[in-house]
Amino acid sequence: MSSVVDFHNVVAVAGGFPVLAGLDIEITKGEIVQLRGSNGAGKTSFLRVCAGLIPISDGDANVLGFDLRDDRRSPRRYIGLLGHDNHLYTDLWVREHMEFRAAATGAEAGDADAALRRLGVTDRLWSVPIERLSAGQRRRVSIASMLVGRPQLWLLDEPHAALDHEGRELLDEILLDAASSGATVVFASHERDLSTSIASRVVTLRGGRLSEDSGVA
Amino acid sequence: MLREALLVARKDLRVEWRSKVTIGHVAPLALLVLVVFAFAFDANAGLLEFGAGGLYWVAVLFGGTLLIQRAFDVETEDGNFDAFRMSAIGAPSLFLGKSLGVFIQVVFLELILGPGVVLLYNVRIDDWVLLLASALGGTLAFSVCGVLCGVMAAGLRVRATLLPLLLVPVLAPVLLAGSRAFETAFGLRAEAGWTWASLMFVIAAVHTAVGVRAFGFLLEEG
Repeated sequence: MSSVVDFHNVVAVAGGFPVLAGLDIEITKGEIVQLRGSNGAGKTSFLRVCAGLIPISDGDANVLGFDLRDDRRSPRRYIGLLGHDNHLYTDLWVREHMEFRAAATGAEAGDADAALRRLGVTDRLWSVPIERLSAGQRRRVSIASMLVGRPQLWLLDEPHAALDHEGRELLDEILLDAASSGATVVFASHERDLSTSIASRVVTLRGGRLSEDSGVA
Repeated sequence: MLREALLVARKDLRVEWRSKVTIGHVAPLALLVLVVFAFAFDANAGLLEFGAGGLYWVAVLFGGTLLIQRAFDVETEDGNFDAFRMSAIGAPSLFLGKSLGVFIQVVFLELILGPGVVLLYNVRIDDWVLLLASALGGTLAFSVCGVLCGVMAAGLRVRATLLPLLLVPVLAPVLLAGSRAFETAFGLRAEAGWTWASLMFVIAAVHTAVGVRAFGFLLEEG
């Protein structure tokens, strides 16, 4: 199994505070890993370090074969990141936003339409400004933006937030499909019942370190 | 690189088209600045005419700063700055695209301010070619310098106040050169206006070269 995320004794500092304090973890291709931990445990920071948004101060960190000490930008083209925010241009119409995201990742406009349909965002919403959408609809558009880029590594922070029951099931389905087609999924979630059902592995962080690891299922 | 830059510029202009910030807020505000100056110097028409070039560029600076602020606000709201940094689009293309988007919006602003200066300050244009070349050079320099300063301030909470603080010193030579070139174009000064116009193109070229190379670093450190 090839390693997608390989951290050895990784220390990362953000705003003068050590957000990762000697983290060791290896995640292999096709895994669906759920990150758990109390607030401030380092879940979000771990995802941001994987995305190259927070530099590492010490240790060895490889993501998708790229050494993050040397190059934090290159792996990003293969990564989809969904944070607490939705990363949407709220002034644009849904379709305009999706067309931009598709073109920015080299996908076709048709791929954007397909991603929206997959997320259950119906045609009647495509010509609506994003700012007029509900929180759940925005989350769906945000996930569709990720989907259109066909990332090899999905990094999601509380992805089920704001989604209704149907939306949560749909998201789980999409993540399972992504993993079965060879992508790797890492998501932070507090919601045990819903998300544990799709996770092949549950990792608990505490104080920026690995606390528990269920191991590969 | 060009295709990606055009993609970014088109997106920015589309955001502007949907939000109508330039048309609805920035242009009227910049025009008001010209009107306020017209009232302030009303008692001395000669002074107003002589200072018309400088006042024009001050109004452009005022409105343009808001446009640059806005260009980066759309990248920071809703956590978009992460998406901007995560983008598969190369940093040089992001820089050129943002600069092109700002350039087109500032040109639109100047199309409103230009006639405003002629009408309110009673200036006569002697050299149209110099005037247009100076406006082009100044706008190019303003756009690239503005985007460079904009990305430096973008990731910070104090960006609204930091941006003008960064921008004004960097743009001071552009404002000076633009004012001098306009004074020559208005027939108020016998100096070689083309030298000042050329200086603005040089500033634009230097900052474009710096931006293409440094934008990625500034984006990461922002």
